[in-house]
Amino acid sequence: MKFRAEIDVMPKDALLDPQGKAVTQSMGNLGLTEVSDVRIGKHIRLFIEADSKATAEAKADEACKKILANEIMESYSVEVVEA
Amino acid sequence: MKFGVVTFPGSNCDQDMIYTLETSLGQQVERLWHKDTDLKGVDFVVLPGGFSYGDYLRSGAIAKYSPIMKEVIAHGQKGGYVMGICNGFQILCESPLLDGALLHNDTQKFICKNVFLRPKSRTAAISKGLEAGKAVKIPIAHGEGRFYAPEDMMKEIYQNDQVLFQYCDEEGNVNDRTNPNGSLDNIAGITNKGKNIFGMMPHPERAADANLGNTDGKLLFDSILNNI
Repeated sequence: MKFRAEIDVMPKDALLDPQGKAVTQSMGNLGLTEVSDVRIGKHIRLFIEADSKATAEAKADEACKKILANEIMESYSVEVVEA
Repeated sequence: MKFGVVTFPGSNCDQDMIYTLETSLGQQVERLWHKDTDLKGVDFVVLPGGFSYGDYLRSGAIAKYSPIMKEVIAHGQKGGYVMGICNGFQILCESPLLDGALLHNDTQKFICKNVFLRPKSRTAAISKGLEAGKAVKIPIAHGEGRFYAPEDMMKEIYQNDQVLFQYCDEEGNVNDRTNPNGSLDNIAGITNKGKNIFGMMPHPERAADANLGNTDGKLLFDSILNNI
């Protein structure tokens, strides 16, 4: 079966995100003063061939741990659905 | 001592490093390609600066899975010498032969300029030959050089005397004003527990030839050659 994994990788909350900070500031300049605390991460989509959803989730998690996220500075979340 | 300089797709300081080691320091240098699967008998591996794999995903993240890195990691883990400069440092942190990570500069800018470094570790070969407290002038050129490590990791780094260099001013003062990129405690380079793996963001190989107007970088290489 083919599964689709939707992965979000975000800078850890404790860490300064200079990109997000710059965008937050520009929100104010645009007049969107209600917007605050912008943080910018990555969204990764990939497909996995697996026997079950659980196996696909395990594979996606392995990919995150090994390469897609660096857990010293980033956290990630994975959502797997049938493709 | 036989050095090996690895070229990854996107490395751009490999030739500078080879020139410094071979021409300025008279050492034997083996050119290593990222697809090589043996280290050709080198004693000291250097991962040079650049943008391996275009810095895709994260700096150094893809390079750590280059075929040669398996050998580099094994070499480092059994006590062999490994040094990473700039992108090489990022690769070592990702691999993870060195602790911590290198984040986007807090200025959100690529910074290319001379900075001063205060040698800190008195037990690592790359820094112990330098005069204590005396700043050396070495250039940096990076967009992702903000050193970070979680608190428990930092505690161990200090306990084991693993901080190699801190960004400082010409007089050797380390403070927020002398921190170019927001690195934790102004850290510009660290070593591992075994003191056989060195990583630093500044480029000593760009400051090791009198024709370039600065030979402070040579002091680091001399320290390595005199202490291992």
